[in-house]
Amino acid sequence: MPTKTVQAPIPGTFYRKPAPDQPVFKSEGDAVAAGDTVGLIEVMKSFTPVVAEEAGRIVAFHVENEDAVMAGQPLYDLEA
Amino acid sequence: MAISSLFVANRGEIAVRVIRAARELGIRTVQAVSAADRDMLAARMADAVVEIGPAHARKSYLDIDAVLAGARASGADAVHPGYGFLSENADFAERVEAAGLVFVGPKAETIRAMGDKATARAMAAAAGVPTVPGSEGRVDGVEEARRVAREIGYPVMIKASAGGGGRGIRVAESPSELETLIPQASAEALAAFGDGGLYLERFVAEARHVEVQILGDGERAIHVYERECSLQRRRQKVWEEAPAACLGPEAREALCASAVRLAESVGYRGAGTLEYLYDARTGEFFFIEMNTRIQVEHPISEMVTGIDLVREMIRVCGGAPLAYRQEDVRLSGHAIEVRINAEDPANAFMPAPGVVSALAVPGGMGVRFDTMLYPGYAVPPFYDSLLGKLVVWDETRAGALKRLARALGELRVDGITTTAALHQALAADPSVAAGDFHTRWLEGWLDANPLAPPTPRNG
Repeated sequence: MPTKTVQAPIPGTFYRKPAPDQPVFKSEGDAVAAGDTVGLIEVMKSFTPVVAEEAGRIVAFHVENEDAVMAGQPLYDLEA
Repeated sequence: MAISSLFVANRGEIAVRVIRAARELGIRTVQAVSAADRDMLAARMADAVVEIGPAHARKSYLDIDAVLAGARASGADAVHPGYGFLSENADFAERVEAAGLVFVGPKAETIRAMGDKATARAMAAAAGVPTVPGSEGRVDGVEEARRVAREIGYPVMIKASAGGGGRGIRVAESPSELETLIPQASAEALAAFGDGGLYLERFVAEARHVEVQILGDGERAIHVYERECSLQRRRQKVWEEAPAACLGPEAREALCASAVRLAESVGYRGAGTLEYLYDARTGEFFFIEMNTRIQVEHPISEMVTGIDLVREMIRVCGGAPLAYRQEDVRLSGHAIEVRINAEDPANAFMPAPGVVSALAVPGGMGVRFDTMLYPGYAVPPFYDSLLGKLVVWDETRAGALKRLARALGELRVDGITTTAALHQALAADPSVAAGDFHTRWLEGWLDANPLAPPTPRNG
């Protein structure tokens, strides 16, 4: 099955959880539907959701919760 | 203990500001940086740099252990917290002092007391500073609400005791409205918060935000007059002026004197600001809260008095007595500050970090630009969007507005979309020129006056 690497659309801080005391949006191995929120990127105190553009299964995350990311940096691998 | 080496536990333009003041005092500076800030202007200017952690502020500028370890390793004998981050964290102030370093700010107990709204309100009231008239606790039933509302004066705001963040707030203009709204609000509060308790507070429909700058040396305090910061978006100040043009000399005197009373009653040390809500219709002012740090908009107070607030706060926190008596502080002319943020005002104020490809800084008589920018600087996306503060001074407010428009015309930050276009539009607005606004005015104005997207140069 083809694997696709999804990149950060904007630079900022990547969050895998909606809030520090809540579970992650998605774990490795989870199935995602198009439109599912996979994470958040905080740019200058404003939060943008990272939304799956297609359905599949998350194979691996390349960044941890609260990591700094640059635009174009790989976020996760999706098996379509 | 006079400070000889200062650790700057902040970033951006305020770190630059602190380094400048310290240098004039002959103090060595050590700049704290996160991994994302190694190239920032303050790091280039400081005598030494200490990296305290990764880009994420919680792991660097907000991490008390990391900041303290950096300060200790740097050999500094004092810490300046700037604004935001740990500047109003009483535990941090306590731990800095416990480590044998000077905290450039008030005592930890002052920060703690003023950080608690109820305590601050009680201390203000005890010092004879007017607070928003309210029910001082819950009101029980419609009869009591009517009696309390009569004392407070209409319109009154009905708030849920268990609520917060503006939820469950209703406004009653008259006793009959109150009778209708009290049972509704109570039922709604019970459903939303599991507690139907209500309290009342005077409602000021078109409030103006005025604030008094104070300086204290732990014993004596003075005011450095007031600022007006009514132009706000989402409770963030956008444009500030000194003095507040809406105040007459008597109201100004009463307001500023009240701030000094509260500052002296807590033995205030350093620079601080008391925020008030001002009702221009009745001429009443009410204490809201105190900020126990230097504020973003401090330069306008410096411009109208000639007092370097950051330098003076470092001096007094190093143990020197205040260099000024109240009668030494003279108000002269009018100053305006506009915040130049990396945001697109034509696109819902979307953050716009990027690389500064070219920079033209305004200059000339009465113009000051406090900034962290330099040509080639990559503005990191991890922190707030403030790039700089354009400050103008002139003898009159009308002159300052013209000077602001002129200076904005000279400002060019290529590579980054900024809020400069918003300020250019506001500087030309008749209501702004007339001083006819309040704290919710700008949001309505933005809805009615959408800004055109910038035209691409080679479009």
